[in-house]
Amino acid sequence: MFDLSARRALVTGATGGIGEAIARALHAQGASLVITGRREEVLAKLAAELGERVQVVVADLAAPDAAERLMKEAEAAGPVDVLVNNAGITRDMLAMRMKDDDWSAVIETNLSAVFRLSRAGLKGMMKRRHGRIINIGSVVGATGNAGQANYAAAKAGLVGMTKALAAELGSRGITVNCVAPGFIDTAMTQKLDEKQRDSLLGRIPAGRLGQGADIAAAVVYLASDEAAYVTGETLHVNGGMAMI
Amino acid sequence: MSDIAERVKKIVVEHLGVEEAKVQENASFVDDLGADSLDTVELVMAFEEEFGVEIPDDAAEKILTVKDAIDFIKANS
Repeated sequence: MFDLSARRALVTGATGGIGEAIARALHAQGASLVITGRREEVLAKLAAELGERVQVVVADLAAPDAAERLMKEAEAAGPVDVLVNNAGITRDMLAMRMKDDDWSAVIETNLSAVFRLSRAGLKGMMKRRHGRIINIGSVVGATGNAGQANYAAAKAGLVGMTKALAAELGSRGITVNCVAPGFIDTAMTQKLDEKQRDSLLGRIPAGRLGQGADIAAAVVYLASDEAAYVTGETLHVNGGMAMI
Repeated sequence: MSDIAERVKKIVVEHLGVEEAKVQENASFVDDLGADSLDTVELVMAFEEEFGVEIPDDAAEKILTVKDAIDFIKANS
């Protein structure tokens, strides 16, 4: 099950903790990869570790034409069967203090860039009558979180977009789903202080933060042929901290 | 039959999976050939690729039959 050896997957934000774990897991299932992110040396290191079947494309998705260019470069080397929209940024701030720029930067990268990259990838998927788009959302898109009005809005937006695309593309063998991580042990959550961490753990029935591999396993499933009948869905992977 | 007409019909047959005999010039993509909205978008994209033309959205909306497509491509390529 979950054999991806005939598939080629593009993972954005492969320089981050979750993105790297997703790349490793897809690769372990046999998939060929296109890994992208802003930091070339981090991508190069990951590519070297993975060995064969990996293309590196450096891209900053905040630039308006970056998505088109990225997809073009990726598809020049082969089809993109699986698109994992994982890249994301935070600009946490209480709403009263949040600047327009903090709001729009997060919406741009976490939502608009996902739309643009998905649109760019759809053409090929429609032609091949097969495709997987997997958007990495967040538990806060469903629950909200103080200090994250921008991030929560973008992640909730992803859920609606996921459903709309799923409705449009279902007849072409393309599934579109969301994976919504809870609190995962990455650089993003290591910014929390001890007290915040402890209070967080008290709210997680599993009693631990998630690992990148927990998210990656959900992505592998949704990318596989076995998940062909799952579309428009949001799969929450959060150790039980929010049961929705 | 012109070359353009032949190529348009070939694309329609391939994309919609219909019999060649059904693809008459007055055939409507939606009503006669069973295309859904996504099919029509795909057809327009396929025409653009095959003939190297750009079909803007307002023009694409008016391409309802095989003949509409042939006429547009003849006028714009």
